[in-house]
Amino acid sequence: MTTLDYIPAAVEPRENYLNISYRLKSWLLTVDHKRIGILYLISITAFFIVGGAFATLVRLELATPAGDLMTAETYNKVFSMHGIIMVFFFLIPSIPATLGNFLVPLMVGARDLAFPRINLLSWYLFMIGGTLGIVAALSGGVDTGWTFYTPYSTAFSNTNVVLTGLGAFVAGFSSILTGLNFVVTIHKMRCPGLTWMRMPLFLWSMYSASLIMLLGTPVVAIAIVLLAAERLFGLGIFDPTRGGDPILWQHLFWFYSHPAVYIMILPAFAVINELITCFSRKRIFGYKWVAFSSLAIAVISFFVWGHHMFVTGQSVYGGMIFSFLSFFVAVPSAIKVLNWTATLYRGSVSFDTPMLYVFFFLGLFVIGGLTGLFLASLGFDVHVHDTYFIVAHFHYVMVGGVLMAYLGGIHFWWPKMTGKMYPEWIAKFAAFTIFVGFNLTFFPQFFLGQLGMPRRYHSYPEEYQVLNVMSSAGATILAAGYALPLFYLVWSLRYGRAAGPNPWGATGLEWLTPSPPPTENFEQTPVVTKEAYHYSDKELQVVGA
Amino acid sequence: MQPRFRLLPEQASTYAQQVDALAVFLTAVSAVITLIVLLLVVYFALRYRRRLPDERPAPVKEPHWFENVFAGFLFVVFMSMFFWGARTYFMAFKDAPDALDIHVVGKQWMWKVQHPDGTREINELHVPLGQRVQLTLASQDVIHSFYVPAFRLKQDAVPGRYTKISFEATKVGEYHLFCTEYCGTLHSRMIGRVFVMEPEKYQEWLAGTVADEPPAESGAKLYRQYGCSTCHGAQAPSLAGLFGTEREVVMPNGQRRKVRADEGYLRESILESTAAVVPGYQPIMPSFRGQLSEEQVLQLVAFIKSLRDARSDPAAGAAGGTRAGQTGDPVPDKTPSLPGPAQKTNRD
Repeated sequence: MTTLDYIPAAVEPRENYLNISYRLKSWLLTVDHKRIGILYLISITAFFIVGGAFATLVRLELATPAGDLMTAETYNKVFSMHGIIMVFFFLIPSIPATLGNFLVPLMVGARDLAFPRINLLSWYLFMIGGTLGIVAALSGGVDTGWTFYTPYSTAFSNTNVVLTGLGAFVAGFSSILTGLNFVVTIHKMRCPGLTWMRMPLFLWSMYSASLIMLLGTPVVAIAIVLLAAERLFGLGIFDPTRGGDPILWQHLFWFYSHPAVYIMILPAFAVINELITCFSRKRIFGYKWVAFSSLAIAVISFFVWGHHMFVTGQSVYGGMIFSFLSFFVAVPSAIKVLNWTATLYRGSVSFDTPMLYVFFFLGLFVIGGLTGLFLASLGFDVHVHDTYFIVAHFHYVMVGGVLMAYLGGIHFWWPKMTGKMYPEWIAKFAAFTIFVGFNLTFFPQFFLGQLGMPRRYHSYPEEYQVLNVMSSAGATILAAGYALPLFYLVWSLRYGRAAGPNPWGATGLEWLTPSPPPTENFEQTPVVTKEAYHYSDKELQVVGA
Repeated sequence: MQPRFRLLPEQASTYAQQVDALAVFLTAVSAVITLIVLLLVVYFALRYRRRLPDERPAPVKEPHWFENVFAGFLFVVFMSMFFWGARTYFMAFKDAPDALDIHVVGKQWMWKVQHPDGTREINELHVPLGQRVQLTLASQDVIHSFYVPAFRLKQDAVPGRYTKISFEATKVGEYHLFCTEYCGTLHSRMIGRVFVMEPEKYQEWLAGTVADEPPAESGAKLYRQYGCSTCHGAQAPSLAGLFGTEREVVMPNGQRRKVRADEGYLRESILESTAAVVPGYQPIMPSFRGQLSEEQVLQLVAFIKSLRDARSDPAAGAAGGTRAGQTGDPVPDKTPSLPGPAQKTNRD
């Protein structure tokens, strides 16, 4: 009877959110924000693999000028599915739904989000939307591009436009509900002492992104309903032969989809704020500027959609206003880059894997952002609009920016999520591989665009081949780089070193909990007495296992 | 064009020169900014690298002026990019009334071109060197985009409206023509060539082709064929001297607005005849939507344009000084192998 007393307490498995139950039902019906974050992590990784497979096919086809690997019809479906899956089912949910779900309640010192059941509902909606998208892909695909431009999508395409649109529509509600949950949680559930100006900037950025999700997503939902009604019942809104206006679609679509790029990049900013402060052990430079620039981006981003339409024949004065506002929205992003750089000044900079991703993010985001200014510049946009220049630009922002921050964030919080450390050296190797592969894939595309190669081309003139081969070769390296974390992160679940509550010596409430945290997060409601990023504190220690 | 490796495209229009100058400016500014960020990040990262595991650097002072000055400075830099870009754009989209007016109709998956003398070509465009050329673009089906990289110019062809773009070629040669708005299965085959020729060579080329009748004459025939002259000038407004004038119209909701009688307005009046009615007249004109192809509408517009100096409306018999009066003849198409919309009148 007394033998139990001899077992040391440390060996006794502590109850946490992961080991509390292993039954499938306990996962599928969980209302724990951490478990839902993990569900999202698994699902979006699956979508990323599918979207990546389509990208691989695109780069294979473009290795030669002739359209020889697949038919034009198949190619059009492949690039469309790549875009749709990556944007709607990977990039938009990526950081908010995984890291955001996991971290927002921990960072505000709460037990869960404001509406735990709605949070679970939003995962189910996401999965229903994603499944519809995959079903549409398997049952013939869709060939409209991810932009669904009318009247091609309404009156000419014979593919699964409505089914795919329905998938994006349903997934959109998941995004709205997640945004709602974050906004309410950040407003109402901050623990005592956590004032707005003491919040980690992760929360400010996530809050701004949530506002866009809440206000922008309904517009694209309405647009998709109109699109479906036009296809199914012949509504005529976008049909020029009946007095409709095909350009109206572009207004509605980009009214959401331009802010949507900020739904993707603001959470990336959120991650960078936490990482760069931790690995340079510094308070962020210009806290208020960084915080309010997120809000400024959220607001201004709603007024720049017309820069996607400079060559549609819109009025030159309209074009001028949209161009001006597009330059204007770049200022807050530039302020962030300045502040991140200044944060390093007189810091104590270490080069752990998450910090490598921060460096890569900074480099790639600066290039992605500045080439955005090329496109905002009216005269130059007329030349490179709808060419590979724009493909390169948005991959620099969306992949170079969002994906680098996402990977950095996953590595940074992996110890917290799983209680295990990832293997450092192979992780660094993977990060460098991804960086090199990425640049080799997408940098040549700036030149392709400047040379005039249009996007969405199944075959192309021979003079563009050299640059295309470089791009395809880079994509091979990139694919290998992405495969590595999949293996070593899964490996670390079993064989990784135990992490301990705070392996990085980071500030923030999430690091006060054990790793992995218990279901209820905190035994007692924490009380915040300090500003965020109090890295100068002597008592702040690395707490390993 | 020989397949060869190059990093910058050929430069063959006045607009291309302006865009390239702008591109050099944008690239220089961006390179400087990128370099500054890169150097600072690398310098700080190395200079302040962690030397002891328990280092706790003290916070730095944040001067008030710092962010203000930085934001203000960037705003000025960005505005210079904005103004330069906008100025260039204005030049390309300025209306060029005295330019050589060429009609381009995009359809899945070809470009159909008609010159002022009636000469037609498909997926090719011949233009004279050093002369302003204005393209009026229309689309028969989906949105296309007419793009000549060597001219750095691009303009969407949007179904249901006209768009315009003008340029002046500066270098004799043969250049790519691409469709850059995704338009369906053979989008990447909707490509062609632009030939820039010495003006004399262009005239020779025009003379050497079997020219159709000029679009304005085809338009005059259509004008008779569809019985437009029965009403216009009598219980409908006169079309003489109409083009380019400002006039007041009544919309279906009873509101009045001022419009300029340009190509787009004429097109709308033919296809959507009750959308804007001249005060004092009844909205009784039938719509010709579905009866006229985009090319035929362009020809009618060209005809009405040709009446800009006329004093009275053309009568049924002797419309606009046409060569012959075979009323009701289908408009001949120089490219019989390809079923152009002109041949399927009353159908599409």
